[in-house]
Amino acid sequence: MARAFDNPFNPNVTLGNGCSCGQHANEAEHARAAADIDLADTEALTARVVETAVVKAVFGGDVRRRQFLRLLGAGTALAAIAEFFPLSLAKEAAAAAPGPLEKKDLKVGFIPITCATPIIMAHPMGFYAKQGLNVEVVKTAGWAVIRDKALNKEYDAAHMLSPMPLAITVGAGSNPIPWTVPAIENINGQAITLSIRHKDKRDPKSWKGFKFAVPFDYSMHNYLLRYYLAEHGIDPDRDVQIRAVPPPEMVANLRADNIDGFLAPDPVNQRAVFDGVGFIHILSKEIWNGHPCCAFAASRDFVAGMPNTYHALMRAIVEATAFASKNENRKQIAEAIAPQNYLNQPVTVVEQVLTGTYADGLGNVKRDPKRIDFDPFPWDSMAIWMLTQMKRWGQIKGDVNYQQIAEQVFLATDAARFMRDAGLAPPKAAAGHKFKIMGRPFDPAAPDAYVDSFPIRRS
Amino acid sequence: MSKPVGWRAALLSLVFFAMLLGVWQIAATPRGGSGPALDPEYAKLIGAAAAVGQKSPFPTPIEVGAKLAEHLADPFYERGTNDRGIGIQLAYSIARVTIGYLLAALVAIPLGFLIGMSPLVYGALNPYIQVLKPISPLAWMPLALYTIKDSALSSIFVIFICSIWPMLINTAFGVASVRREWLNVARTLEVGRMTTAIRVILPAAAPTIMTGMRISIGIAWLVIVAAEMLVGGTGIGYFVWNEWNNLSIGNILTAILLIGVIGMALDQGLGWLARLVAYQE
Repeated sequence: MARAFDNPFNPNVTLGNGCSCGQHANEAEHARAAADIDLADTEALTARVVETAVVKAVFGGDVRRRQFLRLLGAGTALAAIAEFFPLSLAKEAAAAAPGPLEKKDLKVGFIPITCATPIIMAHPMGFYAKQGLNVEVVKTAGWAVIRDKALNKEYDAAHMLSPMPLAITVGAGSNPIPWTVPAIENINGQAITLSIRHKDKRDPKSWKGFKFAVPFDYSMHNYLLRYYLAEHGIDPDRDVQIRAVPPPEMVANLRADNIDGFLAPDPVNQRAVFDGVGFIHILSKEIWNGHPCCAFAASRDFVAGMPNTYHALMRAIVEATAFASKNENRKQIAEAIAPQNYLNQPVTVVEQVLTGTYADGLGNVKRDPKRIDFDPFPWDSMAIWMLTQMKRWGQIKGDVNYQQIAEQVFLATDAARFMRDAGLAPPKAAAGHKFKIMGRPFDPAAPDAYVDSFPIRRS
Repeated sequence: MSKPVGWRAALLSLVFFAMLLGVWQIAATPRGGSGPALDPEYAKLIGAAAAVGQKSPFPTPIEVGAKLAEHLADPFYERGTNDRGIGIQLAYSIARVTIGYLLAALVAIPLGFLIGMSPLVYGALNPYIQVLKPISPLAWMPLALYTIKDSALSSIFVIFICSIWPMLINTAFGVASVRREWLNVARTLEVGRMTTAIRVILPAAAPTIMTGMRISIGIAWLVIVAAEMLVGGTGIGYFVWNEWNNLSIGNILTAILLIGVIGMALDQGLGWLARLVAYQE
């Protein structure tokens, strides 16, 4: 056993050559006897190796280290060193080194929408295989089912709407189970589509009595639609009806005049245009440019229990996201993900969504290369915004520890590291990121005041 | 039924079929009349129907026929987890129905015997059966997913739970209404309880039990499509859902047709078994 795994804060341990205490025939035997940490736990081992390296560098010789430790005690020494050397950061950096995969055959669930592009394309375009993973991407019928299958561990990781892991963690709509968002998949890429018979009603104030569909109660779609309506003075609970309809059923319902419109993920919007059923009223980026939508989500158990597999999976997703974020690759991606095995849509529909050159359903060709974009960074502030909206519409009650939940669920540090590896530039100041939605500023440091500032709310 | 009627009925059937196809073809043929002239770049981005200001039309019988031929020509292909031939999907569904149905039969028939032979047990269990029987199988699905924690087992459970009631009730009824005289004869001859059950009651109640089993297989086949649409992954129900996702009515009609044919085959199979155990008094 390598000596790097010995506790460097134990004054009786030698970091030089030979058995450290002189009582054992060789170092391996000594290590087995003296192991004060679980050697099966790779993460603890990596951390230990880093600590050892740092302590060695600081003290040079064993004699000085022993004197220092005897004088202060291990705990104080650890704190003293951490003071001028960020141990936790060094440990994390070392954890990125590839280790043996705990599990090679993985199942990842997805919903057939373009938000899932990085998760899906990583399969036909070989991003998973490159990391030595054999991933099966499984098409799933709806958000509730994908949640239940993920909770049941039928899926190792899954495509979820970004508010879902927050809702699962706080126990809204399910039992509270710690869930994480290692990466956001896409930003923007949604739209409000209205039935073609409303093509003259472009002012939201004239929408009283409309029936809208959103994909799920805990979705950015629900929060964005409610936000948009409320900003135009329409109470989303009293003046209109909003119901959860699975994306595949939305166009069929619009066609049958069961609903007047929806705020939906693509390709549903473009498909409604393609079939002559609806028109695109606005893109979601016109409500909040750069809003997160779907997330790559995994249980905290998976992240902590299989660190190497999780890291490999993260690298695959982040590299796929990096590839998708380049506009020149979008046509190629559209062809890869349109077939029956994945989205099961006409190629032209997927291509219009991804390239941003699209028919709006009213006879115009529009060009907006940022219609959908891919950016893996899970901002804590985005999680806080979602929590404020859950609070605003009465989905969660009582006091909410916004910052703590956001940090627990949205794994920004991990994402930043993998983004650097994939050649993307992660944002510098992750905390305190502010943004404006329809002109109204949001300060993540004051979430309660933000909730209270809305005239239309249920809290 | 005499022969000439059967022959004429077949002819009439064909006439109805031709009429149906004719009306369908006429109704589904897109009306002429072009919409406003469109920018050719825009027209390229939307569907053919939308380009002339219409909603995409219902497929014609010819288009559906072509789809059907296409699926039947290559029913067992496998192009990845989410794209398998219609034959494979049907096989998944049939396997699920068979497992759930056989499990239900294993429970329902012995239990039905017990209930039918003892008025006390019948009285005690009857309220539960009456409450559980009318519950829609799909209402069980969230509960099954939540407790069993496995979607494949959940769909088998749903088949089990919905096909158990007709078998249970029919078995109990058949056993309870075996003629007194036959039981009395058995008792006079000092036949044991077990032997009476197997040699007298079972043959007497067999036709009623078979009727229950026939009703159950019909229900099980109805339910599997809905259950698979909900859970997804594999099966003919998933196929329908996947094509609905693509708004491909032609593929859905193909699936509907095949679901009907398989359902009929299952029903006829049990009908044939029922005739084997039938008797005349």
